[in-house]
Amino acid sequence: MKAIVTVVGKDQVGIIAGVCMKLADYNVNVLDISQTVMSGYFTMMMVADVSACNVPLAQLCTDMEEHGKTKGLSIRVQREDIFEAMHRV
Amino acid sequence: MLNTKDILQTLDMIDKRHLDIRTITMGISLLDCCDTDLQRCCDKIYHKITRCAKDLVRVGEEIEKEFGIPIVNKRISVTPIALVAGSCEAESYVEIAKTLDAAAKKCGVNFIGGFSALVQKGATSGDLKLIRSIPEAMKCTERVCASVNVGSTKAGINMDAVAEMGRVIKKTAELTAENDGLGCAKLVVFANAVEDNPFMAGAFHGVGEPECVLNVGVSGPGVVYHALQSVKGQPFDVVAETVKKTAFRITRMGQLVGQEASRRLGVPFGIVDLSLAPTPAVGDSVARILEEMGLEVCGTHGTTAALALLNDAVKKGGVMASNHVGGLSGAFIPVSEDEGMIAAAQSGTLTLSKLEAMTCVCSVGLDMIAVPGDTSAETISAIIADEAAIGMVNFKTTAVRIIPAPGKTVGDMVEMGGLLGSAPVMPVHGESAADFIARGGRIPAPIQSLKN
Repeated sequence: MKAIVTVVGKDQVGIIAGVCMKLADYNVNVLDISQTVMSGYFTMMMVADVSACNVPLAQLCTDMEEHGKTKGLSIRVQREDIFEAMHRV
Repeated sequence: MLNTKDILQTLDMIDKRHLDIRTITMGISLLDCCDTDLQRCCDKIYHKITRCAKDLVRVGEEIEKEFGIPIVNKRISVTPIALVAGSCEAESYVEIAKTLDAAAKKCGVNFIGGFSALVQKGATSGDLKLIRSIPEAMKCTERVCASVNVGSTKAGINMDAVAEMGRVIKKTAELTAENDGLGCAKLVVFANAVEDNPFMAGAFHGVGEPECVLNVGVSGPGVVYHALQSVKGQPFDVVAETVKKTAFRITRMGQLVGQEASRRLGVPFGIVDLSLAPTPAVGDSVARILEEMGLEVCGTHGTTAALALLNDAVKKGGVMASNHVGGLSGAFIPVSEDEGMIAAAQSGTLTLSKLEAMTCVCSVGLDMIAVPGDTSAETISAIIADEAAIGMVNFKTTAVRIIPAPGKTVGDMVEMGGLLGSAPVMPVHGESAADFIARGGRIPAPIQSLKN
């Protein structure tokens, strides 16, 4: 099962590293990353494989959100299906 | 592969445009709960509901988290209680309403629908007992919703029931006077009621439905409004196309959530109700969509045409996005639950007469309308009769959910709180329809009903 991880917030050193390390702790494999900085705001999107995640997905979503808050970032983990459903016929 | 733009667009819809799944509603058949003893009947009902729906709220919350989309309400609808309680040797069904309330609280759902009777052609003794129990039931329960179907295209309009419902609404308002007649916000009078509607207060689990089923109601007026802002001044062809595309996206989300919930609960998936259901929040209004099409205030000339286009485009867009479409499917126009409608009614542009015209082309009918507390039962019955006639002749569902707020007059506000919002008290005609309502009997089914 794939999930989309979106990270939005003020650009700072080590955002990607921090998020990736956190995901690695949960045994989540990052498949693809795209990121951009728009007027000082960092926006990153990751496609991640969560099939081998060592906690239930809902738990991962909550934990990543909490992790983001400590760094002043909005981190969201959502199942890929919702974007597929909305944008692909 | 998904691109960044698509992902950001979805997040924007959820964060800023109030996109949500309005409700996942579990329909539960109570036909096997009949008993001659009222207490035994109540026990069976309580156990069946709490068994079938025990995981509903938990699963809803899990899905919410995993997909990152809010599911605002988790609800239950049951078989019309008049059918279940018909064999009980009891004069009042208030105890059953209390049982439903207790079961709803136990399951953690905010509303349970189905304290209902279907009397479009005539009432059984069970139907009559249920209807007479409604005012007391609405007073002493918090989460129970009642509905009565008084007419249909096939059967005509049961004017005895219409007359009775005027009195029932008045009584309900009086018994819940300390809350501005809040009980009436949980009571709907239908014509052509549908059996798989997931939206409250009119949801019930029809007799043609399976043992247990999951229906989903989507929403998203804010998303449609935002989409229309990007096509300012363009022809209606473009407007319709924009609404269709947006409705498609919204509905796909409902389909996905519904399928996932039904899989996890082990309950068959019923339908997606493609509705634009507004909330009192700014930016989540159907009225503002109509105004975006070029009307200065909702309710002015042109409003009915704008609503007709919107209602139709929502269906066309949604129908391809779901494998089963049902329920009410269209644009709701509940006055108290829509920030733009409230403003339009307060300014005096949106009147009861215009709303009645709008109900010819919207998904349901006169919804969440506050009228003066001294409005007579006969006048309310006459309003119901007018709505039922529109539904009967046009093969559509119509409904009346009206609050004759005790002690309030035109210009006052009725506060209901939460999703129910607040409604300005609107004027009704002072001229009497009492003799019309006193006739009773049945308005015959229209010629359109003879299709075979």
